[in-house]
Amino acid sequence: MSINTPNKQTSHLKREILVRLIRAYLGENYEEDVRLIPYKMRPQGSEVPYRCCIHKERAILRDRVIAGLGFDIEEAEDSQLLSELATKATKREKPEEHPLTLLQTACNECVPARIHVTDLCQGCVARPCESACRFGAIKVQDGKSRIDHEKCKNCGLCAQVCPFQAITKIIVPCENACPVGAIAKDEDGLTKIDHEKCISCGKCVSACPFGAVHKKSQIIDIIKNIKAGKKVIAMIAPSIMGQLPCTPKQLKQAIIDIGFSDVVEVAVGADITTKNEAEEFKERVIEGKAPFMTTSCCAAYNELVAKHVPEIKQYRSTTETPAYYTAEMVKHDQPEAITVFFSPCVAKRREAMQNPNIDYVLNFEELGAWFVALNVQVSDCEESEYNQESSAEARNFAVTGGVAAAVNAMLDESEKAQPYVINGLDKASIRDLKKFAKNGKCELGNLIEVMACPGGCLGGSSTINSYKQATKQLNAYVESSPAIKDVVNTK
Amino acid sequence: MAKVNVKVCLGTTCFVMGSANLQELIELVPRKYGDLVDVAGSPCLGLCSIDWEFSKAPYVKVDDEVIKEATVEKVLAAIDKKLGK
Repeated sequence: MSINTPNKQTSHLKREILVRLIRAYLGENYEEDVRLIPYKMRPQGSEVPYRCCIHKERAILRDRVIAGLGFDIEEAEDSQLLSELATKATKREKPEEHPLTLLQTACNECVPARIHVTDLCQGCVARPCESACRFGAIKVQDGKSRIDHEKCKNCGLCAQVCPFQAITKIIVPCENACPVGAIAKDEDGLTKIDHEKCISCGKCVSACPFGAVHKKSQIIDIIKNIKAGKKVIAMIAPSIMGQLPCTPKQLKQAIIDIGFSDVVEVAVGADITTKNEAEEFKERVIEGKAPFMTTSCCAAYNELVAKHVPEIKQYRSTTETPAYYTAEMVKHDQPEAITVFFSPCVAKRREAMQNPNIDYVLNFEELGAWFVALNVQVSDCEESEYNQESSAEARNFAVTGGVAAAVNAMLDESEKAQPYVINGLDKASIRDLKKFAKNGKCELGNLIEVMACPGGCLGGSSTINSYKQATKQLNAYVESSPAIKDVVNTK
Repeated sequence: MAKVNVKVCLGTTCFVMGSANLQELIELVPRKYGDLVDVAGSPCLGLCSIDWEFSKAPYVKVDDEVIKEATVEKVLAAIDKKLGK
């Protein structure tokens, strides 16, 4: 759950579908049970909570199941049965390339973004809206302000100056949330994701009140490997500590209980990232006099650099991500193992796609659904020790400011970085990044930590726990962990 | 008057299906009602396993009343009712 967002019915729905899907796949009649999911969720004569009729409810649930099966909703044929798609999902060799898909039947009801004058307009004498508009797009006619939409550029200045707050900006939540303009309505009024622009940050997933943006799940692929008796290893992101009502050691046992053969903390890789990034900072900024360096562990930021801000690439650290080092270690020691990265966000799926050492990605919501499906009571699990210890600083990578603080903990007094934290990517912070790159300087600090989600990974779009509670739980774990200098020097 | 007793289920199912976001009740309720209400998180109350009802999680109990698909608002309304507000 993102920072400060209340519980949402859309998350409940999506999780319920995942639970039913997992139960179906682990049960006796997989294909038929998958086909029946929409009917089980909306049985004959049941209430119609959200849509016009039970048929539309079921049609939309069907589409949500398609995403759960890991397919593109837009590309699936309407006539295809869920049972056929369920079979197809088990035959797939690798997951689909783009992690997000749109449920258009659920989303076409949004009014296109525009400025709207409400009935509260008094047609006043001052008419600040008229004078504020730089495009001559608003005029009082017949006692009320009217907008010429041919001229209006949706800047919203008129709304800001109206003394009655009578003018409002109607937004399309996904478009408004997307920091890179990758999701928009086309001429037919249908929303589309432009995968050339999309950085997989997942902000549209959290923003859509209809739950129309779906993540394509890889859960069938993962369970398939476990069912086949393969050695499947969980690599759990630092942000997972604090996601479920149990201790970190109980969590390890719970993950083993559902079929994984081992659990490795990605914080182990974060220790290596920290060490390398600290060395790089010293070399480039302290000794080499580079104006600044940015971190490189947020997958959505890395996609942003590749697709939208290539000019900042020369300032980004060349250090690899914690997931990279962890996966490298696991595959080195056990080349036959299947690796699954447990993720708080969508963006890591893109990173995994580009890294041959990471086979699959499972997000925290999916893990939670898996526990529900199997009735695993995490707080009743035994405690199981992790084979490799990691540091407090590495485990704190999940929180905004944590990466820069870890790097600083590795540096000597005379080499300390001045961190500047981008706490959430949005249009404004992207403009800042472009400015830093263009001017070749950043007055605000010389180590820029970029986190696509406000609050860091704990604020990721696929998390379960509320931010405040998750932070509390994670802090307790961090405080009981050894200092990085003690851990890294002994590795 | 007997105190109203509120139990927020923090079993895995309830937690995943939404009670993670009901934890704020544990701080909010004492602030709002003082000594009139006891509130606590609880290990699994066993309600999710009755008749496959995981989809109605999260559950909260206000005295003997079971609240399905609980939200902060629903729980506060139930407490108000018990207190005769």
